[in-house]
Amino acid sequence: MKPSASLLFPNSRLLAQADIPVLPFDEFRSHVVHAIGRGARLAAYYGEPRTDGWIRVHALLADGRQGRLGWCAADVKDCYPALTPDCTAAHLFERELAEQWGVRPEGHPWFKPVRFHRAYRDGADAWGRPPQAPLEPCVTDFFRVEGEEVHEVAVGPVHAGVIEPGHFRFQCHGERVFHLEISLGYQHRGIERALVGGPTPRTLPTMETLAGDTTIGHALAYAQIVEALSGAQVPARAHALRAIALELERLANHTGDLGALAGDVGFLPTASYCGRLRGDFLNLTALLCGNRFGRGFVRPGGVGFDLNRDQVRELDRRLGQIFDDTADAVELLWQTSSVRARFENAGPLSRETCVALGLVGVAARACGLERDARHEFPIGLYQFAQIPVSTLPAGNVFARAYVRWLEIQRSTAFIREQLVMLPEGPVRVATRPLAPGAAVASITEGWRGEICHAALTDGRGRFAHYKIVDPSFHNWMGLALALRDQQISDFPLCNKSFNLSYCGHDL
Amino acid sequence: MISELPILNVIAARLRQGHRTMGFPKEPPALPERLRGRPTFDPTQCPAGCRQCAEACPTHAIDAKHGTLELDLGRCLFCPECEAACPRGAIRFTSEYRLATRRRQDLVLRDPAAAYPLAEALEITTRRLFGRSLKLRQVSAGGCNACEADTNVLGTVGWDLGRFGIQFVASPRHADGLLITGPVTKNMALALQKTYEAVPPPKLVIAVGACAISGGPFREHPEQCDGAGSLVPVDLQIPGCPPHPATILDGLLRLLGRLGPPQ
Repeated sequence: MKPSASLLFPNSRLLAQADIPVLPFDEFRSHVVHAIGRGARLAAYYGEPRTDGWIRVHALLADGRQGRLGWCAADVKDCYPALTPDCTAAHLFERELAEQWGVRPEGHPWFKPVRFHRAYRDGADAWGRPPQAPLEPCVTDFFRVEGEEVHEVAVGPVHAGVIEPGHFRFQCHGERVFHLEISLGYQHRGIERALVGGPTPRTLPTMETLAGDTTIGHALAYAQIVEALSGAQVPARAHALRAIALELERLANHTGDLGALAGDVGFLPTASYCGRLRGDFLNLTALLCGNRFGRGFVRPGGVGFDLNRDQVRELDRRLGQIFDDTADAVELLWQTSSVRARFENAGPLSRETCVALGLVGVAARACGLERDARHEFPIGLYQFAQIPVSTLPAGNVFARAYVRWLEIQRSTAFIREQLVMLPEGPVRVATRPLAPGAAVASITEGWRGEICHAALTDGRGRFAHYKIVDPSFHNWMGLALALRDQQISDFPLCNKSFNLSYCGHDL
Repeated sequence: MISELPILNVIAARLRQGHRTMGFPKEPPALPERLRGRPTFDPTQCPAGCRQCAEACPTHAIDAKHGTLELDLGRCLFCPECEAACPRGAIRFTSEYRLATRRRQDLVLRDPAAAYPLAEALEITTRRLFGRSLKLRQVSAGGCNACEADTNVLGTVGWDLGRFGIQFVASPRHADGLLITGPVTKNMALALQKTYEAVPPPKLVIAVGACAISGGPFREHPEQCDGAGSLVPVDLQIPGCPPHPATILDGLLRLLGRLGPPQ
């Protein structure tokens, strides 16, 4: 294995497509497997169609210790030896690659569709399904446990709460869950395919709604791509306002999650206060841009709205108040032994499993891993102002809840600090046409975890390919494994402790 | 101060947090200063042949030709692009949050001087059934979790949807209607159809958000159906991306005849 097998670069650096090494497949495979074995992560792994009917497989390797991303590729035709047997983190990426481009990863241990759509390559189907047969979502094989008194519980797509659709299949023995299999795809809107040929006026709203609770996170990852491709220098004030918006998004969602976790163990005071406080945090985002989810705020080249002095003071004042109320509501959780006991005795995940699956975000930090893109691949304001990485080793619901609380405290302190020393100046610069024949990979730390976008442009500076990896794509399997040997009645609690996105996964 | 007795901490927190249910609908809702609500437009200001707003619009919600403007709020994402693109300030978002209509075509604005056709109440017989107790099943069919979240927020103590007799229930068989979000993905079409059929008649359908009304930013993608109206009859349209919670609640209350004409 040569260390030079990948092109190494920092977050959101403009690259020439021609500089991405295209390796013979065996070399590509062993390079990726070795890099992952030595501590890198698979940030993205996807196929790009070539004109000659071949599919170019791209691997983006994230090495947090060096703060560098590695990019390498290999060309495949209809099948190749799967990476998953030697690199668990590739399991869902390889299924996705097969579904999109009809390329079969030979030896994949659990080879099923991901989103239930036809392949994008004419006539190709990795499962050999006839093109005229209807394609029904989640009508597929499920892992089954046989034996006396073993039973199966199927939930979804339409759930009891006001949430997105997905299908959950439990193999149970009494109350005990032997195995949970999660099958998604109901939310598939064909986003990646529609981005090809862009950017168009619709590209940015698509980024803002691909996972609507992560509007700022995804819009930022996209803006970083466009800025790299067009050589735009984002003004300092815009960087600061973007970081404030990203942390506000984290505050709103983490607070909502803590409230929902309290609700799932029947502790209503915190559930009821945090439900309201989440909305109060969303209103702070609306103070920035008029929309509670941050739509219209992040724009390539900067941000769409500035804050005047009064608005800065108002934001700081309200944030202080809301934080005090949140502290009051959340501390109740830790002071109540019945809540602690329920949190501590549910949904454990080992550090080894977390590393093998390549989990990101709160779920990874709650297994003791210092995995945070703001720290590992800092960009924008995070290059100059650090937020301590919040970790806890326990890997259970308590750890995932407490890491959120640590992050609420640190994000609030960070925002208030930034509001005092907001740089002066403009908040947006115009962007120029995008560089042709280029490649960019961008990473941001959304509230769920690492968001990765990767773009390739064609000869006219249009998107020839655009890849989106929502943190949920890495993490759904973590939830499935955290449920093993748990009570099925603890599913809502475990599920909320991950709180993953369906639409971000399904795209 | 933290007590050794957990219940005392709970009571102390309860006293500190106080009563937080808002005065809406008796008082106007607290809205963000920068809220982009119902747009106003003035085609007389449009320079001849200018189509900059229409070209900037991500969802083709604006039709500009021959000195007229046509705005389709069912497609509008209430993004700032048209307002920013217009060289004359002929199109402008106001803070008017009341947007819900009964019919899809009512969302297409042609005459800037015409009164906005806000949703009328249900006919008297249906209102007798649902006016004081409306149970809804929510179906997200490709929704991005923003419409879902701002529907969910109505159940929190701040909005307290329960005081109007409106509640989200776990099963369509317990429901009087569906509240649909998302453009209706092809992969959710069957599930939506089955959920609709499982609601006992008479039943209502409420489409929340640009996606559920028109497909929103995903309109014309082959993986979705351009909104709920293509599968089920819709009784109330609540535009926005997502609509502000006050917009959603105003729409629900208007449908139930619980609000008078706007002041």
